[in-house]
This record gives sequence, C-alpha cells and structure tokens, in this order.
Amino acid sequence: MDRLFHALADSTRRSIVLRAISEEHSVSALAAHYAMSFAAVQKHVAVLEQASLVTKEKRGREQMVRANRETVRKARQLLDEYEQIWRQRVDRITEILAEDE
Amino acid sequence: MAVISTEKDLEALSLTIVAEFDAAVERVWQIWEDPRQLERWWGPPTWPATFDKHEFREGGSSSYFMTGPEGEKSRGWWKFTAIDSPRRLEFNDGFADESGAPTGEMGETHAVVILEEVEAGRTRMTVASSFESAEQLQQMIEMGMEEGLKEAMGQIDEILGERASV
Repeated sequence: MDRLFHALADSTRRSIVLRAISEEHSVSALAAHYAMSFAAVQKHVAVLEQASLVTKEKRGREQMVRANRETVRKARQLLDEYEQIWRQRVDRITEILAEDE
Repeated sequence: MAVISTEKDLEALSLTIVAEFDAAVERVWQIWEDPRQLERWWGPPTWPATFDKHEFREGGSSSYFMTGPEGEKSRGWWKFTAIDSPRRLEFNDGFADESGAPTGEMGETHAVVILEEVEAGRTRMTVASSFESAEQLQQMIEMGMEEGLKEAMGQIDEILGERASV
C-alpha cells in the first residue's frame, strides 16, 4: 500500500495514470504531454509500475503503458471513504441543529 | 436528505460535498466557530475530537486531538487562511506531533467552507477539501471512520464488483 500512495502523491504520475486508463499509450506519446524530459517521464512510469498502477509492455521499439484498473479502483475507494466521513459529519451536524427546536 | 451532492476528483485528490440544513446561516456558522459544538461532529463517536485551541480568526490556528478506541491520541492543527463571518471560511489542516507542532509529514488539506441562505431558515453548506498526498487521505480515513462502516463499504464494493468508471 505504501508504494501505491507514494506513486499517487505526485500530480504528474496521477495524470499519467488517468491518461492510461482510457487507452494504452507509448512512453514517448505520454512524454509529449509534459514539460519534462523523456527520461523523467520514464522514471515516473517506473514508479507507477512498481506500485502496480500501470503495466508496461514492449511492442516493437515502443514501451506501451496501460493502467491497472484494479489498483486505480483502490485509490478511488479512498475518496469514496472520505466522502462517507463527510456524510457522517453532515448527519451529526443535522442532529446538533435539531436540538435547537 | 441533508446531503445534496458530492463530487470527487481523483486527479486533484479533492472532494466537494454540498449539504442543506434547516437553520439560519448564522446558526450553522456557530458549529464551526464554537469549539464545543465543533468537537461534537468533527470526529466520529469512535475517534472523538477535542479542540484545546481554536483561534477562529484570519491567521489564527487551532489545535486538536482525536482519541481512538484504545486511548491512542492523534494530534492535528488548523490554520485559518480566510474568515468572512458568517459566509466563508478557509483553513489548512494537517497532522501534529505530541506538542501540537505541525509535523509537515503527509502534507496539508485545504478546506473551503461556504454558507449560503437558500430560503429563510435554510442554509446550504459547501465544503471543498483538497489533499496534497494520498498518504494523508489514507490517514484521515483511518482516523475518521467507524470500523463497521468501513467494512460495510468494502462489502458493497465487492457486491458491485468492478466499476465501469474509475
């Protein structure tokens, strides 16, 4: 789990994951989207790969990157859980305000 | 239903929740301003919050701790970056060490709270929270949720299986 959070702690890496969810991209196609070197993007992809957020497959001269939906879903679940925290808070606020009547 | 809508942004690690209450704006403002009311709802019954400092003014800070089921304490701090009574409140929220000093670990959450009158005696509250890191989000969840509900959520997720959208 620690690797997953470290991998998602960076906005470029989160952006790469989102791009790779809808369809697979080559590392060079991904690199074209960011104001950083090919090597830097490659490094980000390696961190994501270690966290199982993406898989990489060699095809010809290109490295194709695809998001691992199951792992991404886990991250999404975190936000779902945080939403539940706030829903419970709203319930408690409603109870406190109801005491006024 | 008090909760009107929620919106999650995975890329920005943010959550926006909109809720409405049958109370005047000034009354809803008090649940943020008064630490005794705030600690009744900020933490869940299993991790109640205690605010030992609450300087509710721009530039002011708060210090609080949450007490877990085994008596373990987790400290946090708030720093108010904007207060426009009784309509708008912005603050940063982070973890603190035993003395209440910010640890700087896991980043900060920035929260923007907006209160609006929908009609006389009815208030809409919008809370937008954004996280710096997923680690911090995870930590918040561990302290903020009742175990039972967490399990229930996991079970629901299993039943629903793979979601079409992520």
